[in-house]
Amino acid sequence: MKKMTFRKRILYRSFLVILFFVSLTIYTGCKSESAEEEQQEEQVVDNTPKGGQASVQDESSEQDVVKVAVASPDHTILVTALKAAGLVDVMASSGPYTVFAPVNAAFDALPTGTVDNLLKPENKDALSNVLQYHVAVAVYKDVYFKDGQKLGMANGENVVLTKNGDKWKINDANIVGSVMASNGIIYVIDKVLLPPDKK
Amino acid sequence: MKNINLKLFAAVALTSVVLGCGQKEKKSVVGNDAASKVYVEPGKYDDFYMFTSGGFSGQVNVYGLPSGRLLKVLPVFSQNAENGYGYCEETKPMLMTSHGFVPWGDAHHPALSKTDGNADGRWLFINENNTPRIARLDLKTFTTAEIIEIPNSSGNHPSPYPTENTEYVIAGTRFSIPITGNLDVPISSYKENFQGAISLIKVDKESGKMSLATQILVPPFDFDKNRAGKGVSRDWTFFTCYNSEESHTMFEANASQNDKDFVLAVNWKKAEEYLAAGKAKDMNSTYYHNYMDESTQSAVSEKITTQKMLDPKDCPGMIYFMPCPKSPHGIDVSPTGEYIVASGKLASLIPVFSYDKMIKAIEGKKFDGDAFGIPILKYEEVIAGEVQKPGLGPLHTEFDDKGFAYTSMFLSSEIVKWKLGTWEVVDRIPVYYSIGHLMVPGGDSKNPFGKYVVALNKITKDRYLPTGPELSQSAQLIDISGDKMKLLLDFPTIGEPHYAQAVPADLIMKNSQKIYKLEDNHHPYAVKNESETKVVRKGNEVHVYMSLIRSHIAPDNIEGFKVGDVVYFHVTNLEQDWDVPHGFAIKGCNNSELLIMPGETRTIKWEPLEVGIFPFYCSDFCSALHQEMQGYARVSPKNSNTPIKWSLNE
Repeated sequence: MKKMTFRKRILYRSFLVILFFVSLTIYTGCKSESAEEEQQEEQVVDNTPKGGQASVQDESSEQDVVKVAVASPDHTILVTALKAAGLVDVMASSGPYTVFAPVNAAFDALPTGTVDNLLKPENKDALSNVLQYHVAVAVYKDVYFKDGQKLGMANGENVVLTKNGDKWKINDANIVGSVMASNGIIYVIDKVLLPPDKK
Repeated sequence: MKNINLKLFAAVALTSVVLGCGQKEKKSVVGNDAASKVYVEPGKYDDFYMFTSGGFSGQVNVYGLPSGRLLKVLPVFSQNAENGYGYCEETKPMLMTSHGFVPWGDAHHPALSKTDGNADGRWLFINENNTPRIARLDLKTFTTAEIIEIPNSSGNHPSPYPTENTEYVIAGTRFSIPITGNLDVPISSYKENFQGAISLIKVDKESGKMSLATQILVPPFDFDKNRAGKGVSRDWTFFTCYNSEESHTMFEANASQNDKDFVLAVNWKKAEEYLAAGKAKDMNSTYYHNYMDESTQSAVSEKITTQKMLDPKDCPGMIYFMPCPKSPHGIDVSPTGEYIVASGKLASLIPVFSYDKMIKAIEGKKFDGDAFGIPILKYEEVIAGEVQKPGLGPLHTEFDDKGFAYTSMFLSSEIVKWKLGTWEVVDRIPVYYSIGHLMVPGGDSKNPFGKYVVALNKITKDRYLPTGPELSQSAQLIDISGDKMKLLLDFPTIGEPHYAQAVPADLIMKNSQKIYKLEDNHHPYAVKNESETKVVRKGNEVHVYMSLIRSHIAPDNIEGFKVGDVVYFHVTNLEQDWDVPHGFAIKGCNNSELLIMPGETRTIKWEPLEVGIFPFYCSDFCSALHQEMQGYARVSPKNSNTPIKWSLNE
């Protein structure tokens, strides 16, 4: 609120005081309950949900893709990025997801300052776009991979799978391993996938 | 900005004036603090689990208190197409009886298992009136684990109240019937040929598994309610009975002739001794015992044809009658076990019997004759006191932790609070309308939680927005923490909330299971991964070993079914993730759908009647690609040669 002049402030306060007494008079006129009950009526209730799906306490289920990533020492930058982009609860949902998870070294290989820059709050959209380019909404198991297959990613762009001997590549990144999670599958990759420039 | 603020304040002031006066005109029946006492914030938990019977729904309903939020309906005695209970092959045996498959039930009294007279949160027992049965629900999974039929019984109403350490759950018979002799007799020969039976059902300490230990032959009265003793009276169980007139028609008038009917006191420890001493006779009525095999996730039905029957004539000191005013209904035992309150629904007072005086009267042989050879104790020798003019139609009593009792009054639609020992009425509150049972959390145990009483009402009328002629029944939450009872909340119920039990949430939620472990699933048709899925024909029987996981069905193309085949879809949910059930539905299925929990296998029988392509799909919105979780079954003519073929992603 902009600063008020002294005079306006006085007027404003007077108005509030008058309003208070007027409403109090009418209020007590209408009510005959005890003061204690009136106090209770003004109790403020906190309606804020306490957390998203990532905060659910569950020691029985298999780990979801977020928990798997958090448990991996090679994916600390990815986890930091997911948090900065506000995608942790999304990735803990029922999915299903295929996640291509670049290792820390892949992020380190990007031009100096790229990661730090993406992690800045003002670049949240750009970061989210990069991360969503690593996620498909479906479970693509490698037994069903086809050479040249296009996968539609969460950011709306496509990636391409190619076969390289008995190994698979996603765009120019090598798939170096996979982990099943409760809500999908994670492929560990050695390069960060950079989405095509926005048209 | 400032102008907006001023307008806002003016609007707020005006609104509060209007609302304030509006409330005054339509006078509220609850205190101003009622809302804050029942409000449970989004994301926060209720303090108590409440289990209500569904009455004619045959099921159990789980609510949270104080919010009155419905948490779940648990299928027990009635088929439930929603999740396939009673339709799928694994649960169908649960509803087998000596009368064949009975797809429905009338469930009345939920009773939590007890340790040292207090609810222990392990199991919930509930009776079925019509086809006499008792079910046990496992409170780790909130599923029906077992149902045992009660032979030689009709109208299993005084049931299934556990003894102090759940050594037994005890049942009686509302309708007397011919039991020991010829069963094909004229109804008018009631007095000569009809008998009642009381059943002691043993509960295994570890597994909870029930078995009928023995029955006790009793006179042809209508046994109405039952409560086991506790504390000092722990070896006893008490029944009310009406129709001591032994009438067999127009009960409305003929069963209300006598000024006094009876309370029957049974020493179950003595019965146990007589049984061990070989005093019981063998009987040969047929009954079923159905239970879930956790390993195969499938219910097993056992037909049993023998049972033991004790005749009180051979068992002196085992049972006694105490006279009780006019057609008593409810019977309830105070937290210490000393007072036994029996409510005669047609009586103008509530008699309270003393356990201590009862034992002294038995020892001093203070008898007033006998009924069918069973000694009748003198009323004045066993009575502790009478609550005078409590209200009209007293039915049931529960207790708090401060020495007060709360009795429901059906006719005068109120709860009456009175003091144990002085028997004086100290408070009363109207309920809306026609209350049956009432329930204080732990109010039937040694340590009641004297915070609330819940009124379980039979008549709703104008309490909610109308829904045509058929209305839901209703529960009301009443604060009993102070001197005066205060109404807090009304909430509608599913079926008839006949009776209820409630316990602090911690006791149950800490044990609540999240998933079924796939490695522990030994269902004969389970698949542990997609590579094990297959389709096998055996004559006209076809078994589909199917798996579900986000977000596809394996196999999703099946050919080679023929008209006239009996197809079993054995569907395993491969998920190991909390709250990711999958459904299974196929077009035109005359059975039900399936709802399959993570790690569970369920089987639905499908008998295709026409040639064509039949789509199937997941019927539980499981994931973003739920709608893609679908497939096709091809049904060929009866005499065709279409080979069995199945695939995924071909």
